[in-house]
Amino acid sequence: MAHRWTNTLTRADATPKAAWLNRRQIMAGMGGAAALLAAGQGRAQALVPNTLEQISSYNNYYEFGVGKDDPARNAGGLVTQPWSIRVDGLVDRPGDYALADLLEGLTVEERIYRFRCVEAWSMVVPWNGVELADVLAKVGVQSGARYVAFETVVQPEVMPGVRQRVIPFPYVEGLRLDEAMHPLTLLATGIYGQPMPNQNGAPIRLVVPWKYGFKSIKSIVRITLTDSQPPASWNIINGREYGFYSNVNPEVSHPRWSQASERQIGGGLFSPRIDTPMFNGYEAEVAGLYAGMDLRANY
Amino acid sequence: MAPAINRALRHVPAWPIYGLGAAWLAWLFWQGLTGALGPEPINALERRYGEVALWLLIAGLAVTPLRVWSGVSLLKFRRALGLTAFGFVVAHLLVWAVLDLQSLSRIGGEIVKRPYITLGFAAFLLLVPLAVTSNNASIRRLGALGWRKLHRLTYAAVLLGAVHYVWLVKGWPVEPFVYLALVLALLALRLIPARRPQGRPGPGIVAKG
Repeated sequence: MAHRWTNTLTRADATPKAAWLNRRQIMAGMGGAAALLAAGQGRAQALVPNTLEQISSYNNYYEFGVGKDDPARNAGGLVTQPWSIRVDGLVDRPGDYALADLLEGLTVEERIYRFRCVEAWSMVVPWNGVELADVLAKVGVQSGARYVAFETVVQPEVMPGVRQRVIPFPYVEGLRLDEAMHPLTLLATGIYGQPMPNQNGAPIRLVVPWKYGFKSIKSIVRITLTDSQPPASWNIINGREYGFYSNVNPEVSHPRWSQASERQIGGGLFSPRIDTPMFNGYEAEVAGLYAGMDLRANY
Repeated sequence: MAPAINRALRHVPAWPIYGLGAAWLAWLFWQGLTGALGPEPINALERRYGEVALWLLIAGLAVTPLRVWSGVSLLKFRRALGLTAFGFVVAHLLVWAVLDLQSLSRIGGEIVKRPYITLGFAAFLLLVPLAVTSNNASIRRLGALGWRKLHRLTYAAVLLGAVHYVWLVKGWPVEPFVYLALVLALLALRLIPARRPQGRPGPGIVAKG
């Protein structure tokens, strides 16, 4: 059931590899005045996909440290082969699946999505991945299931952040079943047609583009179908600041900072601040999932 | 040991601290401009300036306890440390206002609505009169006692600065908590009655130069 959703951004929007270096040089040389002029032109200007270097050098992956450059520096030792995912809970065919078996027969698509971090920065990422719905169909979701829970791998010997216990591990996340089955929801295995970099959540991670980035859990080793709302790491750490839903919403501030605007990574020292759209620009696709819900209460 | 160090320090001027501070500030900006601070230089620069300001303020706060407990006096460097710290605070504030928020309404809104920003801004306001009076003429005008009283605002400003940092982070990174602990320890040391070596003047002597 691939290709249920079509990119509004096309392949042509993705930066060709040869242009990466050029773009960087242009950015570096770009004067402040020119950049600030561009600020008024809004999102159309901002929707240039980030380079692979940017995407893989500015990450939150607390298992490898809390600094943005820590994952790129420390994730080299992550053991991603062999990789198996435990699928359990309310499924017809539970078990430990080798990654290749879980993906076998599914279509890997390129999806160019906006990616909005709860910290008010954003990127545009050309992911490669399969729809989570297709994986769930494969394992057979039972009728009682209402939520999907995910868990990130824990490899303390190669994960300094885990050894320092910067937050409780393993990192866990969850989605409502209808969110999980939505055609936008991806299990991504690569970026720019390359295998997923370790620091971005190799070998397979969730991508839920209308939610804050921390919902898109990395390096998944367990998927559990449940009948009750599963725990989510940031919600456990600080439930007042991070709700279970965590949909991108410019009207609901984080208690400590505004979510009304963001800055796209890669624009240099004079990068313009741009307005954050409702549901990160995917309102037409996903607003229906939350019809009648108070998004201020269910933040 | 301490007298020997103090004798040697007599020949070390304080002015290079200003030059080094300015060069460091400019170097960080240059790094941000050329991509050496990573793909998100605005936030990186904001953080870096704030951190350096906090280091220098903590260093300034350490001068008196160091002298009381070890006899080594770095008093002649304290004004330069404080003013250089203030320079980094101003740079930190400018990066936040001009490069990060980019609009007056956002700046005003954030100062009012976000407690950690309110604290940081309050710390800046407390530092302004201290920076303005960090010169010999002001010491003469205010009198040594009045000047010292005024400059006790440093304690509040540094404490607010450290809390400002702890408050803005996500999760439990180590650095901001280390800085807060250092500030608390340096302030607590001032509460302990000083056991001073014989014949040495009290901790309140005013810097000359």
